[in-house]
Amino acid sequence: MSAHNNNGVVTPAADAAISEVLEKKELRSWKAAIALGVFSLVSILLFLVFPRHGETGFRWSNKDDLISLPTWNTDAALTGQVVTVLLIILTAVVVWATLKTGTLIPRTRRIIVTAAVIVFAVAFMVAFLAWAMVGNNVPVTGLLLGTVSLSVPLIFGAMGGVISERVGVVNVAIEGQLLAGAFCSAMVASLTGSPWVGLLAAMVAGVLVSFVLAAFAIKYLVDQVIVGVVLNVLVTGLTSFLYSSVLTKDAATLNTAPRLSPVAIPGLSEIPVIGPVLFNQSALVYVMYIVVALVFLGLFKTRWGLRLRAVGEHPKAADTVGINVARTRFWNVSLAGAIAGLGGAYFTLVSVGSFQKEMVAGAGFIALAAVIFGRWDPIRATLAALLFGFASNLQNVLAAVGSPVPSEFMLMLPYVVTILAVAGLVGQSVGPAASGKPYIKG
Amino acid sequence: MNPENEAEQPATRAERRRQEAESAEAHQHHVEEVEEAILAATETEPVASEAASAPVASAPVAAPAAKAATKAQQKAAAKAVAEGEAKPSADEPATNRVLREIMNGPIVLTILAVLVSFIIGGILIALTNSEVQETAGYFFAQPGDFFGAVWNAVSGAYSSLFQGAIYNFGRDDFASGIRPLTDTLTYATPLIAAGLGVGLAFRVGLFNIGGRGQMLVAAAAAGWVGFSFPMPMWIHLPVAILAGLAAGAIWGGIVGFLKARTGAHEVILTIMLNYIAFYLISFMLRTQGLLQAPGSVNPKSPPMLETAVLPAILGPNYKLHAGFIIVVLATAGVWWLLNRSSTGFRFRAVGTNPNAALVAGVNVKSTYMWAMALAGGLVGLAGVMQILGTTPDGMTSGIDAGIGFDAITVALLGRSRPWGIFAAGILFGAFKAGGFAMQAAEGVSVDIVGVVQSLIVLFIAAPPLIRAIFFIPSADGKLKRRPLRRNSKAVSA
Amino acid sequence: MKLELRGITKKFGAFTANDRINLVVEPGQIHCLLGENGAGKSTLMNVLYGLYQADGGEILLDDEVQQFAGPGDAMRAGIGMVHQHFMLVPVFTVAENVILGHEQAGFAGVLKMKEARARVREISARFGFDVDPDARVGDLPVGVQQRVEIIKALSQDARVLVFDEPTAVLTPQETDELMAIMQQLRAEGRSIVFITHKLREVREVADAITVIRLGKIVGEADPTASNAELAALMVGRSVDLTVHKEPAKPGSEVLKVSGLTVLDENGLKVVNDVSFSLRQGEILAIAGVQGNGQTELTEALLGLQQKVSGSITLNGSEILGTSVRSILDAGVGFVPEDRNRDGLIAEFTIAENLMLDRSTGAPFVKAGSVQREYRDAFATEKRTEFDIRSGSINSFASELSGGNQQKVVLARELSRDLALFVAAQPTRGIDVGSIEFVHKRMVATRDAGVPVIVVSTELDEVVALADRIAVMYRGEIVGIVPANTPREVLGLMMAGERHAEETDASAEVSA
Repeated sequence: MSAHNNNGVVTPAADAAISEVLEKKELRSWKAAIALGVFSLVSILLFLVFPRHGETGFRWSNKDDLISLPTWNTDAALTGQVVTVLLIILTAVVVWATLKTGTLIPRTRRIIVTAAVIVFAVAFMVAFLAWAMVGNNVPVTGLLLGTVSLSVPLIFGAMGGVISERVGVVNVAIEGQLLAGAFCSAMVASLTGSPWVGLLAAMVAGVLVSFVLAAFAIKYLVDQVIVGVVLNVLVTGLTSFLYSSVLTKDAATLNTAPRLSPVAIPGLSEIPVIGPVLFNQSALVYVMYIVVALVFLGLFKTRWGLRLRAVGEHPKAADTVGINVARTRFWNVSLAGAIAGLGGAYFTLVSVGSFQKEMVAGAGFIALAAVIFGRWDPIRATLAALLFGFASNLQNVLAAVGSPVPSEFMLMLPYVVTILAVAGLVGQSVGPAASGKPYIKG
Repeated sequence: MNPENEAEQPATRAERRRQEAESAEAHQHHVEEVEEAILAATETEPVASEAASAPVASAPVAAPAAKAATKAQQKAAAKAVAEGEAKPSADEPATNRVLREIMNGPIVLTILAVLVSFIIGGILIALTNSEVQETAGYFFAQPGDFFGAVWNAVSGAYSSLFQGAIYNFGRDDFASGIRPLTDTLTYATPLIAAGLGVGLAFRVGLFNIGGRGQMLVAAAAAGWVGFSFPMPMWIHLPVAILAGLAAGAIWGGIVGFLKARTGAHEVILTIMLNYIAFYLISFMLRTQGLLQAPGSVNPKSPPMLETAVLPAILGPNYKLHAGFIIVVLATAGVWWLLNRSSTGFRFRAVGTNPNAALVAGVNVKSTYMWAMALAGGLVGLAGVMQILGTTPDGMTSGIDAGIGFDAITVALLGRSRPWGIFAAGILFGAFKAGGFAMQAAEGVSVDIVGVVQSLIVLFIAAPPLIRAIFFIPSADGKLKRRPLRRNSKAVSA
Repeated sequence: MKLELRGITKKFGAFTANDRINLVVEPGQIHCLLGENGAGKSTLMNVLYGLYQADGGEILLDDEVQQFAGPGDAMRAGIGMVHQHFMLVPVFTVAENVILGHEQAGFAGVLKMKEARARVREISARFGFDVDPDARVGDLPVGVQQRVEIIKALSQDARVLVFDEPTAVLTPQETDELMAIMQQLRAEGRSIVFITHKLREVREVADAITVIRLGKIVGEADPTASNAELAALMVGRSVDLTVHKEPAKPGSEVLKVSGLTVLDENGLKVVNDVSFSLRQGEILAIAGVQGNGQTELTEALLGLQQKVSGSITLNGSEILGTSVRSILDAGVGFVPEDRNRDGLIAEFTIAENLMLDRSTGAPFVKAGSVQREYRDAFATEKRTEFDIRSGSINSFASELSGGNQQKVVLARELSRDLALFVAAQPTRGIDVGSIEFVHKRMVATRDAGVPVIVVSTELDEVVALADRIAVMYRGEIVGIVPANTPREVLGLMMAGERHAEETDASAEVSA
């Protein structure tokens, strides 16, 4: 121990020295290096051992776009070779940085590793697309557009999940909230003829599901995961029952919802590639941008967020400074339900135009996966949801051209990634300390 | 008695050290204030504490001492003590007390929960019935019509549910009248098997939501053996069953392995593995040479060879197959395992207090692994029952028929006790059998069954709610929180 | 601000935690509330702070009756509390913790963090705290965290400050600094309630002393009162912690620990290069302020710690790195520090708990089946032998008092053939009668030739039981000294001073 000298007697260290006294070792993590190594091997296998020959075009704009970009034609095999070399170099860089743990400034090392991982991911994706879509054009804009539209309900669901878990209530009922939102928005929008009233109804529906979750979890102290699971069954049963016994009897008036059509934002929507992807969307997508921004700023910059996080991390501490833990949890879980409900409306008011039995089809669970993969952070969870949306959209695109990768394996991706995440192979997933624990006063 | 008993993963013992001083002393603090009184009780009147804290560990899923429960106990004990009574409620007539205890028993509360759920289901049926809606239009003119229509809708639905599930009075002879009951048992067979798998995991403190995935891989494995290899029945059937069990056990074991090795939370793992299994099996079912029937374009396997099909046990007129006998044996086996065997002793120890189990030399990690493998095997048995018993004409990716999720409700309703699960499985089997009959006869969508089922579980999970609905005072005369809970940390991996 | 409590009564069920308590604290006064663990001090303060609602009585501030529905009301009225278990969110910064609950915010609730930081700096400067407002609280040492608690109370301009057992987690050095802070606060004219059960601290700073026992005020005393007077008031009976034991007759060496280092999950060295050895028939007591590595040391002995290096040999064979199961089988008996968490399963019966660590083979298990007759006969016998007061052997462990729970743990561990007995805080939170019983059994175990390690933070217990005393400080053993070492020396060692006469551990045997 550094504070002791050799002749035996020392005075106790002052407070400032305490942290030194307990010597801290910087832990070396090989996770990133191993992950990159595995993907390098995959690329050697795909691009060098089983190369596919021919040209692949990356199409950056559609015919009627204002600014037209040239299609970028690449030789699939050559791209594969170049990228594989690049990937191996990047892996080596990360291995080097890992070996230097302790000598490099931690911050510098983190930046190096993060940058290498990002470049790696982009390069791998380019080579993979060139390989898988050989002889075809990759519609980049279409690919991204589809990604956004598949991600919207996931992002709403994930925001609901982030809020709920941050305040200390595990939300497995996102699926149910999405489904309830989808059902109510379809029915109410059909009855009133206004998609806006439909959105409101979706929020109310999500809140109602949340009420049950909150009541059982906070008042009756029932295990939150159990309530969540049972609620999903309940909402599935209820919406299916009402669908078959009410909606189908008069589908014209009850289940023909007016849809929200895309609204192009002048100027922004004409930016090449990202313009049509981000700024020619339905109003609900713009609402989503606002929700994500508000949740992020709200959680970390406002009184609401500070209290919410305090309740989720250390409810007793919150209680001792006069914050009503049960009330905070109840209303924020309700808010989470409202947001997730909006995500449900996307299915009926934007994608399909009517309600179908069990139409959410597991999106709630992918949203939950995004929350965990995004480490309970609104921005990261959004990015995770986009990644999952991208994977399933890529599957659609690949299936259309008869890709060599079975579509099921692309569809599996979010789930495999989440397992790797919770198993600690990708980052560290540590949730809010008191999430899932009921708070009992006194 | 330990307020810090929110189960932690023993793997991360060190994690709590930061708050070490806190937890130890927090406990002391909570306990000591009532301790002297409890102490006095056990010394002066040993019986008192027994009476005062009866409800320990009767919630099945309820693994660790719930903070609330134990506090209530302490207080109750302290109360009993301080008043020097043998029973907390000695000042009231004995009959009242007995009545109160009966009303608070788990069986009565379960029956009441079922009753409330049926009433809500009835309301839904009535609300969506077109005749009821019509008569409601002129309710004030002729209220009788309205109530008649309600009665017709609800009683019609529930009587066809009953006749579809237990005994069909429309048939002349007993042999065909009783057929619905055998259908119920057929539906119950996989529900019980999967319920045992979920319930066993609950007792070890694990939440197995992975029923769907485990059933799918088990059915695929059993089915593959079942349609691929012609063998004599006495060897073919056992091999097919074992193949299914092994596949389910592996799929469940992966969860246990990852939880043990990395501390990942089993709820997330099982949810994710459900989808992975689904896509994996879907892929295999549409790929020639794997599971797809040769020459077919449908995502379906060939039918089972006859030597691999579970034989009907009541003759060809009834669907009930030998799987039911296997499930009875499985229930008995799980009962023995949990209540009599040393393995079960360790399972329960890990399930209720993994920290103490660790200190007592139990390898908690391998217990998680084996328990999940066993649970997966039992759920896999349900998949085997489906493919070799219920639908031997070929495997599809929908073969699980939602049983993986129903099993959770079965296990909760059965309070994770093997014979409780057996009874709950038969009840929900009856719902399934009757639900289809009801849909056919009365046009009430079978989905109402899912609603009623989940309502039952919700009400059972919250006894105070049922007490409030029926104005039952709780066992010690006050509202007591004794939640249904399981031994698990937050979904935080 | 003058604080007055009149006739405060608080009941839990029929158990009265506070019985008509009257207390007056004048401005500029440090008023000590002295009492044993469980006397009802914390309950009283929780009533004052609005966490509990009193069943009777009233709270007055400057002679005005107050109604507190929750801590928020109490804080607004000018009451601040430094909690025994810090009420700080570990992942928040100091500034965030300080403003929580009374945040200054601008448009749309956006926090004014700049003002918050300035406030923290200002208060820190006033008391010479040197606390960085942007540091994450979870990363701060315990002593600094306590200062954050004090800043938190002062940032609300609390006129009445309650310190609930503030020294439990502090070293003597930090305690002295805290005393100075309290005196400074007194000089500013604040009223201070200081809850403790340590007599030395009381005599050092108190202006007035109220002694509380079993929920009632049993007397008031002057700071000049002697330790004996205060102790007698506090305990209400003469406590004799002396354990009657013959001098140790150490036999051959059984346990040898050398260079043992334990890392926690953050890579911190919680046990640092610890070496000692132990012979048959002696008791080694490990003393030290809580949280200096004692817990991790005992856990490492049982194989419960993951990241360990060094060597632990028991009767010549290495046990480090083997499983808990094999260490138990090698004859290590273990009484964990937190019996509810690690020692017992509350939902299991006494009989089940008595076989908890013997579930792998004969005599409790045959052919995979639990031998229930044997188990019950065993439990019946042990219940009598260890005087476990319970309804029956089928009572649940949760129904027992702390002392009887501890007897169950002892009965289980002492019924095996032991080569080593390790007891961590064996008498924490149990009644005097049970303490005596536990002490007797430990001495009997020693006399039967089994080496015993006992960890205790209570110096009285250490001195009463030990044949030798090892003092731990920040993960290290600062010295191993004979049992008759003066308390002052032990106290200095607990603060990290190495003992000048430190001798080689294995050679030292006290007679």
